[in-house]
Amino acid sequence: MSQPIRFLLNDTEIVLTEAGPADTLLDFIRLGRRLTGTKEGCAEGDCGACTLMVGRLHEGRLVYEPINACIRFLASCHGCHVVTIEHLKAADGGLHPIQAAMVEHHGSQCGFCTPGFVMAMYGLWMTHDDPTVVQIETALQGNLCRCTGYEPIVKAALAAGRAGGQARDALNVERAEVTARLSAMAARADVRRGEERAILPADTDDLAQVLEEHPTATIVAGATDVGLWVTKFLRPISPAVFTGHLMKEIEVTDDALRIGAGVTYSEFVPLVAEHFPEVEDYILRIGGWQVRNAGTIGGNIANGSPIGEMPPLLIALGARTVLRKGGSRRQIALEDFFIEYGKQDRAPGEFVETIVIPKKGEALIAAYKVSKRANADISAVAAGFRVVVEGDVIADARIAFGGMAGIPRRAFEAEAALGGQPFTAETFEDAALTVTGDFSPLSDWRASAEYRTAVAANFFRRFWLEQSEAARPVRLNRAVGE
Amino acid sequence: MKHDHIAVAPAETLAETPHESAIKHVTGRADYTDDLVVPQGTLHAYLGLSSVAHGRIRSMDLAAVLAAPGVIDVLTAADIPGANDVSPVQKEDDPIFAQIVQFHGQPIFAVIAETRDQARRAAALARVEYEELPFVLDPIAARDSGGALVQPGMTLRRGEPEAALADAPRRIDGRFVIGGQDHFYLEGQIALAIPGEDEEVTIFTSTQHPTEVQHMVAHALGVPANAVVVNVRRMGGGFGGKETQMNLFCCVAAIAAKKWHRAVKLRPDRDDDMIATGKRHDFVVDYSVGFDDDGRITAVSGDWYARCGFSADLSMAVTDRALFHADNAYFYPNVEIRSHPLKTNTVSNTAFRGFGGPQGVIVAERIVEEIAYATGQDTLAVRKANLYQNGQLTPYHQPVEDMILPQLIEELEGSCDYAARRKAVLDWNAKGGVIRKGIALTPVKFGISFTATHFNQAGALVHIYTDGSIQLNHGGCEMGQGLHTKIVQVVADAFHVGVERVRITKTTTEKVPNTSATAASSGTDLNGMAALDACNQIKARLVEFLCKAKDAEPEEIAFVRDHIRVRDELIPFSEVIQTAYLARVQLSAAGFYATPKIHWNRAEGRGRPFYYYAYGAACAEVSVDTLTGEYVIERADVLHDVGRSINPAIDKGQVEGAFVQGTGWLTSEELWWDAKGRLRTHAPSTYKIPLASDRPKIFNVKLADWSVNKERTIKRSKAVGEPPFMLGISVFEAIGQAVASVVDYRECPRLDAPATPEQVLMAVERLRARP
Repeated sequence: MSQPIRFLLNDTEIVLTEAGPADTLLDFIRLGRRLTGTKEGCAEGDCGACTLMVGRLHEGRLVYEPINACIRFLASCHGCHVVTIEHLKAADGGLHPIQAAMVEHHGSQCGFCTPGFVMAMYGLWMTHDDPTVVQIETALQGNLCRCTGYEPIVKAALAAGRAGGQARDALNVERAEVTARLSAMAARADVRRGEERAILPADTDDLAQVLEEHPTATIVAGATDVGLWVTKFLRPISPAVFTGHLMKEIEVTDDALRIGAGVTYSEFVPLVAEHFPEVEDYILRIGGWQVRNAGTIGGNIANGSPIGEMPPLLIALGARTVLRKGGSRRQIALEDFFIEYGKQDRAPGEFVETIVIPKKGEALIAAYKVSKRANADISAVAAGFRVVVEGDVIADARIAFGGMAGIPRRAFEAEAALGGQPFTAETFEDAALTVTGDFSPLSDWRASAEYRTAVAANFFRRFWLEQSEAARPVRLNRAVGE
Repeated sequence: MKHDHIAVAPAETLAETPHESAIKHVTGRADYTDDLVVPQGTLHAYLGLSSVAHGRIRSMDLAAVLAAPGVIDVLTAADIPGANDVSPVQKEDDPIFAQIVQFHGQPIFAVIAETRDQARRAAALARVEYEELPFVLDPIAARDSGGALVQPGMTLRRGEPEAALADAPRRIDGRFVIGGQDHFYLEGQIALAIPGEDEEVTIFTSTQHPTEVQHMVAHALGVPANAVVVNVRRMGGGFGGKETQMNLFCCVAAIAAKKWHRAVKLRPDRDDDMIATGKRHDFVVDYSVGFDDDGRITAVSGDWYARCGFSADLSMAVTDRALFHADNAYFYPNVEIRSHPLKTNTVSNTAFRGFGGPQGVIVAERIVEEIAYATGQDTLAVRKANLYQNGQLTPYHQPVEDMILPQLIEELEGSCDYAARRKAVLDWNAKGGVIRKGIALTPVKFGISFTATHFNQAGALVHIYTDGSIQLNHGGCEMGQGLHTKIVQVVADAFHVGVERVRITKTTTEKVPNTSATAASSGTDLNGMAALDACNQIKARLVEFLCKAKDAEPEEIAFVRDHIRVRDELIPFSEVIQTAYLARVQLSAAGFYATPKIHWNRAEGRGRPFYYYAYGAACAEVSVDTLTGEYVIERADVLHDVGRSINPAIDKGQVEGAFVQGTGWLTSEELWWDAKGRLRTHAPSTYKIPLASDRPKIFNVKLADWSVNKERTIKRSKAVGEPPFMLGISVFEAIGQAVASVVDYRECPRLDAPATPEQVLMAVERLRARP
């Protein structure tokens, strides 16, 4: 029996008893509702022209975040408040402070990207009274503008931040009412169109059961990759089971962090800042803000990509993953999850439920990546380093790379070259020279094999330089401000 | 430098008038073509693309396409009622649907279905067999395998370059590989065709050249141009990518619309858009420069090999413009430069902001770098030593007469503290380390006018209605550059009324015929003058009417702030209009403008192709990570010449945007074809244009507010769209300096473009490997 999808679209409650799993939110609002302020620029979550805000209940609290509507599946909006540019206005019905600032600072030229920028800026403005330039740039990593060169947009975001007015904003004024309306919606949805079916399980146990019944179903978490299977490759995904709202639990024990597979990058960032501050900047280079608000840690693993950015870091940290099938669970080292390109250790009906990350203790850790563009670009090479030094000797080294092989993989020769050796520049130089033994990377549009090899070797040199308290900076300072 | 005193009427409109659509932009109420309300029963077309780089279509089985849900029809070359051609230069080398495929991703058929999704899914079901033919992808391979040209190359020559090179105290020969660039307009290609009676069809689209679309559609349908109306309210970015590239989409939509008598929309997805439409030309340039020990250029010789793609498109004019800018701002006493517009089995390259100019300018700047590294001088010193002086001849024999770079560079050098910061950079690098710095100050001189002289004309239509409201229409298209805002200001100023009284309407071939593309930075120059001409005609009639009505002399009548003053009497503008109407005065006028003075003889390589030059300079400082090749732009200072700005806010926006776009061309934007000729960087996931976080950390942009166009342009302003694009070269050269620091600047870094982190690291390693 159909359990309809329900959500709020601006002020209107939407009830859909029929929908396909591959229907996108963007097509629904543009074609179905003729809300044309939200634009399609790329249909792959990389340009931000379709940015809108989605509010969802998280631990009873209503949280609004900008996301890309082009790769957000309609079914996954169940229980959410979808807010489009058409909803944005000032308390008096005029231009919202962000819109006014964009006009005043000449922040639009052709205007096509503008609604998406305004909505991303809105997301920032909701949570930051007086954002810094770096916070603005970080919030706008997922928005492309080809006309302005961004300067007036950043100025507008600064001005809107100073203008304030958050307390009077409609989304804050109506917070209790919207919370009540969303809370009243059923926890579960299950809809079809023709033969196609989309299921939103009520909870993780329900998910386990649904996957027992549909072991070959497409599991869709943040859809930042599955979205492209549909929009780019026209792949069928039915039946699809949507899990982005599940497995949000975070537990910090004495020796580990237990992260639910559904925790998004954005939800993960504060934990990283607390427990692994050395790699916070690495996490903030993954995708744009919209992607980090949707994409999940579990999805980045389960997806099995050789260029996913979490696995190299998590493998280096010694993370393990809990896989669940029905009522039974097993825990494996994360590196063992990746068998070969396109093949993971996951049985039909099984799903990634939890990631267990040991705390770093006394270990020295680092994560590096290179890409053509610093931000919101998939890495050509990514690496995680975890090195334990006792006295002057390297007691243990775990190093993993992405982009260097068909799967994210440890650099065993390098680890052997480091382990038990003195903690010196020479040791790391020796390790750097093992890269060609550990890896034979490919050449493609992201980088040549030569560059990948050279950079991977240099990461060892960088790690040493960073740990050896060099007087000269060894990393680019991307932050603004003198 | 002093200017002749030129009297210029002050602009009355608020100079920093926001973009005429700004409020619509920020509220999502600005309608782009895909947002328009469509007629009932609108169908959707989608293109089927080829999967080989060169080949004869042996068979095309579209049965599965036709059988797919929602599909109404498929269109192939046989279904085109008129000509299967969208060549903008009458070469008949650019088919709508290819029968012999000439690049991977070339349109070969179209599907028509009830929804776009259905059409798109169906297009993927075609089964096409090819007889594959040999192909060439890059310009050097093309040259070496016969060197077929899409159109004849050009040679510019002055003096005795062979002898001067032979006699030069010093000589350097080099090669520079310069990448192309995708436009990445945020709104992709799109056409909506609505059939009318008889032969008529109306197109709504996002083109920079409605008149050309009109002709192409008429040509494809086999109907006269008077049956086709093309409308453009606004584009979501153009940058040259919608000058000719929209023709094909409009023709397909129009053919289907006429066949089925239903409206038809065609919008490719981003990947197909990037695969099937042309880009900035990539070039390989072989150059030779002779110079003396002081770094003064004595002779330059060079060959510009361009990857033009399979057809001519605008490649001849683009490669011509590369040569027109191969001198940038420097006097070459003896010169011969040659263009080679080579045919390749890639998408046909097209217009892109700068139109070949950047690929000329950057070679001039490479030549300067070569000399500076060879003579151990600051590149800026070499630049200054070789700047044109007024009266000197360009390689195309046009004298430079409006040179302002000495003053402009001096001002920028001071305001950005170049000397001290350069010293700090050198000191920093002298200490070694992973992070190296670089600083460079580069100028630009850019010729303004279409080099095809006949394009330098424009029309405008101004109506004043009896309530005193003004409706304005002109031949230019709004793509974000603020053209409409500026022309509204021109008209408001002409009548001395507020901008709110003037409504600009969509560009349409029904109102102003025979327009040129909105291109070559010329939109305001041409259409502004045409609009002013229309205003002046109406003003003259109003003055004549008031002279009679009030028994006054013309000099007793003045247009002042929303009124017209006749002697001491101040009459509201609307009241004058109302009474003029009652007195049967015509309140509508068509204006026209043709740029004076210009002429060009391509065969002889002589003439005055440019009405004037626009100038600018930028100083960029970067930090480079020599372990990865990554970099950040620490600071950029720009001083740019727009003559007397009509709208400084809009002009500054153009300068900032062009700088960042130019930087993207030379840094992160890389087009990558595989061995089969497939473009593999065809979406923003793989093709990386700059982000907010890539712009300079400190970005000081100023207009040279003392500059006045010596020519009688609209309000003595200068064109702004393209010239500042080339200021991004300062970033490229600064990266080069940081790279060269690893060998203590003993060698020119010779970075190829784009300087991706990979290119930079490999250059560092190459220099470090030197004995």
